Amino acid sequence: MIEFMDVTFVHQNGVRALDGVSLRVEAGEVVALVGENGAGKTTLVKHVTGLLKPASGSVLVDGVDTRKASTAQLSRKVGVAFQNPDHQLFSETVEEEMSFALRNFGYSPELVQNRVSWGLELFGLEEYRKSSPLVLSGGEKKRLTLACILAWDPQMVILDEPTVGQDSIQKEKLAGTIQMLMSTGKTIVVVSHDIEFLWPMQPRVVVMKGGKVVGDGPARELMQDRELLDSARVAQPQLVEFYQLLERRPRAPFVHPLDAGRWVEEGIRP
Amino acid sequence: MGDILEVEGLSFRYPEAPRNAVSGFDLAIPEGEIVVLAGPSGCGKSTLLRTVNGLIPHMYGGEYSGDVRVAGSSVKDSNMRDLAQSVGFLFQNPENQIFMFSVERDVAFGLENLGVPRSDMRARVDEALRLLKIGDLAQRAPHELSDGQKQRVALAGVLAMRPKLVILDEPTSLLDPKTASELVALVARLRRELGTTFVVVEHRLDLLVEVADRLVVMDGGKKVLEGTPRDVLFGEEAEAHGVAVPAITRVQKMLAGKVGVSADRLLAPSELAAAVEGRGA
Repeated sequence: MIEFMDVTFVHQNGVRALDGVSLRVEAGEVVALVGENGAGKTTLVKHVTGLLKPASGSVLVDGVDTRKASTAQLSRKVGVAFQNPDHQLFSETVEEEMSFALRNFGYSPELVQNRVSWGLELFGLEEYRKSSPLVLSGGEKKRLTLACILAWDPQMVILDEPTVGQDSIQKEKLAGTIQMLMSTGKTIVVVSHDIEFLWPMQPRVVVMKGGKVVGDGPARELMQDRELLDSARVAQPQLVEFYQLLERRPRAPFVHPLDAGRWVEEGIRP
Repeated sequence: MGDILEVEGLSFRYPEAPRNAVSGFDLAIPEGEIVVLAGPSGCGKSTLLRTVNGLIPHMYGGEYSGDVRVAGSSVKDSNMRDLAQSVGFLFQNPENQIFMFSVERDVAFGLENLGVPRSDMRARVDEALRLLKIGDLAQRAPHELSDGQKQRVALAGVLAMRPKLVILDEPTSLLDPKTASELVALVARLRRELGTTFVVVEHRLDLLVEVADRLVVMDGGKKVLEGTPRDVLFGEEAEAHGVAVPAITRVQKMLAGKVGVSADRLLAPSELAAAVEGRGA
């Protein structure tokens, strides 16, 4: 469980990046954090592992106040894949990169090897095992940071813009991985501009604007609130826009393109 | 108008690489087009771009065959200085190409390096600021700007060089959707006003298909699909090559020829809804 209680954070240049954020993410929930560039999403995420400490208010991770725990302690509970993978890759080889945290957490060499192989296979990186992380493409680096985090099996996972640089095949795999994590009861927070990627997961959606939470609810409801989305500069999923424009609508907005096609065919024809 | 970019039988293999990054590639892009280059990660897009701005073969070793010509001049026989003026390159992350203390100085940076006379430089910087509607930011420090503004500053620096061809490498990936659609509208406007040719590498096609003339798909270093966005996205093979077919296009495809939905061109969600309801479009 992650709990933000009236959290305020001010950057050195005086910009108030978080302005009284209160938010509670329950264990096993899937939350999409959306909002325009500069809304405070990444700053919020950095508070979870204690990289940033609140100027006022508090952040609790599994009941532990982030001001009273080290980043290492918090990292054991929460894995964060940051937006820019270059900020978290530093080893000589892909294999060492993946082993690093596992060894630090004291896993046996055999278990480290198993987890590394599992992660490399899951994210299609097996052929780079002995390569330097620096030769990977941007999209591959992002997948490597994800693999590193999932390998140590944290209870909570935060993904900051995971789809950047990923083609549609990789995005589908990523969606599958998130489904898999959901089914194992992990708490997942996804920060993303990629509304089309988020929509089929039907997450709880938290909308941020100017350092504040301005919307919070199930995707199905929140994504139909055009006024809120426009004010926060968040796009509406194409299928929701289409659904809202149809005069005869089914009870709930379409989640998948095939649902929309089938319903329209069956609903419109005599 | 002639072809601004011609790629003929291009193959390239990095030193010690097991296979070609680009293989037997042909492409001709007429001046003034907006072309989207798509394809799965590692398909050779970045390598192809490097052969256009000259980093390959001038800065990378490797086996190079075939030819790439920009405005009729062969890239391999041109020097980097000349290429920098004919081909503009906007990186994915604008922070990688913004580093001066003021927006104005940043936009002037490339021109200063070329030794453009001061009066001419002033005019070109002002023109670029005006085109991107960032004249009011001229004296600001780039690091204080929003991501969308930074991208405009970086693009102004590129346009001040008055390139004939501008390459945008995943320009919307770090932008929120509204800022991203503003950037796409900007590209369409610059093409209209300046006749600049744009090659855009992008995974997210929902915004770009509305303004693009052509969609080229690469896979395994080869060109596998080429056509109008409608033809490529309506085809059977696009998804197999890692192309993200927009959700609304998938619905349109399913309904094409039924319930009043046409397959002649790609429809936006509002147009598709209107067609389904028999309200035209």
